[in-house]
Amino acid sequence: MATAVMTTLDPKSRAAARGMSDLAIRNLFIVPTILFLIVFNIFPLIYSLGYSFTDFRASTNAPANFVGLQNYRELLNDPYIWSNFSITAKYVIVSVVGQVLVGFGTAMLLNRDIPMKGLITTLLLLPMMLSMAVVGLFWKLLYDPSFGIINYALGLGTFEWLANPDMALYAVALTDIWMWSPFVMLLSLAGLSAVPKHLYEAAAIDRAGPFYTFFRITLPLVAPILMIAIIFRTMEAFKTFDLAYILTSQPTTEVISIRLYKMAFQEWQTGRSCALAYIVLIMVLAITNIYVKYLNKVKER
Amino acid sequence: MAAVRTSTEVTLNRVAIAAVIVITLIFLAPIYWIVSTSFKPRNLATTVPPTVVFQPEVSPYVKLFTKRSQLRAPPSPEDYAAAPWWERIVFDGGEKVNRDGKGQVQFSAYPDRFMNSLIVAITSTVLAVGMGTFTAYGFSRFKMKGEGDLLFFILSTRMLPPVVVAIPMFLMYRVVGLNDTHWGLIILYTAFNLSFSVWLMKGFIDEIPKEYEEAALVDGYTRMQAFFKVVLPEAATGIAATAVFCFITAWNEYAFALIMTNRRAQTAPPFIPSQVGSGLPDWTVIAAGTVLFLLPVAIFTFLLRNHLLRGMSFGAIRK
Repeated sequence: MATAVMTTLDPKSRAAARGMSDLAIRNLFIVPTILFLIVFNIFPLIYSLGYSFTDFRASTNAPANFVGLQNYRELLNDPYIWSNFSITAKYVIVSVVGQVLVGFGTAMLLNRDIPMKGLITTLLLLPMMLSMAVVGLFWKLLYDPSFGIINYALGLGTFEWLANPDMALYAVALTDIWMWSPFVMLLSLAGLSAVPKHLYEAAAIDRAGPFYTFFRITLPLVAPILMIAIIFRTMEAFKTFDLAYILTSQPTTEVISIRLYKMAFQEWQTGRSCALAYIVLIMVLAITNIYVKYLNKVKER
Repeated sequence: MAAVRTSTEVTLNRVAIAAVIVITLIFLAPIYWIVSTSFKPRNLATTVPPTVVFQPEVSPYVKLFTKRSQLRAPPSPEDYAAAPWWERIVFDGGEKVNRDGKGQVQFSAYPDRFMNSLIVAITSTVLAVGMGTFTAYGFSRFKMKGEGDLLFFILSTRMLPPVVVAIPMFLMYRVVGLNDTHWGLIILYTAFNLSFSVWLMKGFIDEIPKEYEEAALVDGYTRMQAFFKVVLPEAATGIAATAVFCFITAWNEYAFALIMTNRRAQTAPPFIPSQVGSGLPDWTVIAAGTVLFLLPVAIFTFLLRNHLLRGMSFGAIRK
């Protein structure tokens, strides 16, 4: 019976011949999307690759001069750019570690019989669905040293969060942790609920302690999904722009996206910013590659 | 022994429930604070210490939609009596609603920016989900050389930092005159969401048994008819979930909007923070604008709750 169905699906068969061939349909369905992405994603990148070898400034009408690798050479030797990268790295580490601790911890708590679990999970997920720009704006109100609710609730007096150069980056990371811990929680919860119950029962029979159970059963089985969450959040934190840009204008919070934005649209060093964009792009593609490998691994399970 | 274990279990569970409640309250506190600020009279928004208990009023929402100016002297009793209720609460706050020569109320920029957000988000969602569904079907049902690479290519375009993509797009848009237009943003958001929608829709379509279409083909449908009459209705839930995700992404997007628009086509995310520029901002009005802007997303999050995991993991994890 199955073979009979397969034969009718043959591209040369009568049924297929009346309409368009499968090959034509496949191309009709896929090619426009690929073309659209090439025109609006790939072509601009080629365009900016060209500009990255010039001293072009979009603010003037002066023609672009070819300067070879000068932009790249200067950028890689610029200590300020390296400090932007190290600020970004610090931000990524603080916010991702925070999100994993809070998110995974909350998932562990939620992974038991809790009344109204569905409602609580949905409520916890709200922050990550909101606009980062608008979240940044209202956290500015929360962080205010004199009338902010955070200092009031924690009894911190007039503690400076955003105006203090040493604190500002942590304040931005804290907001990011508030927004995105629920994401880690959501993925961890999926991983935790997939751990077979009989493993825990077996561990209980063997009188395994809670630490042993956690490190030998829970963590290894949740690790692949947790890894997805970590890589995804790392990638997003590396790209971060909105939150830091809106919350503060401290030099200590100038992550690489903000530097790039200022270079391109405030200082109008267009050629140079294209070169920096390419340096960032290569880094992001490397992380994306790892991410997709993990996604496919989890999918296959 | 067993009895001891159960009683510790019960205690542990109680501690966990208490902890979960505390965590949930902490997570919701910032949202509660912005909502409560949007109902405060202006003089209570920035008090030291912060005002927690107050008589809520809707004047921030009236102010959000209107152009106003400071009152030098209290309004005359006739003016006050003639004013509708919403104008009176503005008078009560020491301001008056501006009217043009014909006495028509002048609106603030907020409704325009909100409309821009709606236009751009809805149009780009329809385009991204439409094209994405076709492409996902193509990838799901037909074998292709280098399929994995193509899917990676599609995904990687979304992973780039917006500013990286925005620099060349800004230069190109300047040449073709798309800067500060709806279509400029719609194209960017469509490109941005298209990759996501292909990945997510492919997962949903993979789950529809091939046998359904094969049966339709045997019954004499063409492949095209089978797609529209059999596959699309089966994929309806997936399409709806994907659409909501795309809408939220476009609705919330900030960096592209900041760079590509400044007045005519500006959406709400760059507009709302720009109000805090100089002087003493009226936080109650900003909070009101924020709450209205966040409301659609909050509703969608609630409707989407069963698909969030799937969408957030690019379809890798299904429940």
